Amino acid sequence: MSAYLHAFGSHLPERVVTNAELAERTGKTAEWIESSSGIQQRRWAAPETGIAAMGVSAAESCLKTAGFPTNKIGMLIVASGSGARGFPGPAAAIADRLCLLSVPAIDLPMASAGSLFGLALAMRLTETYGDILVVASEKMSQIIETEPLDANTAILFGDGAGAALVSSRPGRWRMLDAVLHTDGQYREDLVFDGTGPLRMNGLTVILQAARKIPASIEEVLARQNLSAPQVTAFLLHQANLNLLTRVAKALNVGPEKIFANVQRYGNTSSASMLIAATEWAGTNPAKGPVVFSAFGAGFHWGALVADSAD
Amino acid sequence: MPDSSRQQRLRKLVQEVAGKPAPADEEESLFESGLLDSFALPDLVSAIEKEFTIKVPDSDLNPRKFDSIARMDAYLADHM
Repeated sequence: MSAYLHAFGSHLPERVVTNAELAERTGKTAEWIESSSGIQQRRWAAPETGIAAMGVSAAESCLKTAGFPTNKIGMLIVASGSGARGFPGPAAAIADRLCLLSVPAIDLPMASAGSLFGLALAMRLTETYGDILVVASEKMSQIIETEPLDANTAILFGDGAGAALVSSRPGRWRMLDAVLHTDGQYREDLVFDGTGPLRMNGLTVILQAARKIPASIEEVLARQNLSAPQVTAFLLHQANLNLLTRVAKALNVGPEKIFANVQRYGNTSSASMLIAATEWAGTNPAKGPVVFSAFGAGFHWGALVADSAD
Repeated sequence: MPDSSRQQRLRKLVQEVAGKPAPADEEESLFESGLLDSFALPDLVSAIEKEFTIKVPDSDLNPRKFDSIARMDAYLADHM
């Protein structure tokens, strides 16, 4: 079995929400927001912009980068934890808007780990379904923006979408392996029940994430006889800059290897890893192994390793 | 019966992680008092593992177990 990552794409809303704006509405200071999260600003979508629209934009950006026609897509996988409706999820709407009228379109209502699970599934399914488009789209502002704003969550989250094209045809990065995990005993520690607002036990989330992210990365690297220092770049769920720093420390790698854009976009849940990948891929990155990893509500977590194909 | 030596070692670890002295009351919540935040907790657990040469399994990574000097002491009493 061979699977390849061909390209990434992203969509970020125009509206920039600064720490100064949130400081006024949460009773905190802009300095406190940045020191507790590393986030300087985030994007919030306009009221009329939905999850499907952002997902379509990211998908089109990805396909344009790949130079790949939409009508050749064999499967669509859509991750989103902030969707406001029960069923059908956003996969059907995104498939419709991309004019994918008969290929399977699957929803992963998983929040932060959704795009990682989507990539891992696509890696296994591409041999059967051909070219698979993985999309993650989140409008987190609609599940935290209640008055008064909850300082513990409102400062963290942003809106956006990301996409990746996975194929069995040779591409830029060969997908080597993935490990996925779920521990449902923590399912009440990070919850959006559909009516909002999002509830988070930050102490438990950070304590578990700080352990499980490095452990899953080391697990998948060991299976490929690789070690963290050999990895060129780590593309992680952009939860919080302080968490990313701790992951680097736990892996004994320099912080420069952990790609970070959470400072500018906040935590965009499932979309964040693919938004980060889009920016990273656009920097003409050095060749070598690259690791994706995410942790989120569930708790779901895991890691995936790929390597330059040429 | 609390192990005063163990509690002293815990106080030292808390001070190293928090950068401030641990509270005199061993029952006082380190988080509600603002002494430790969510990102200090993983550091504190790692420091405890190193100091007491134990491995805290993921299933024991519950903030309540590390919420005060007394609770950490009780956890160590059960696991050493």
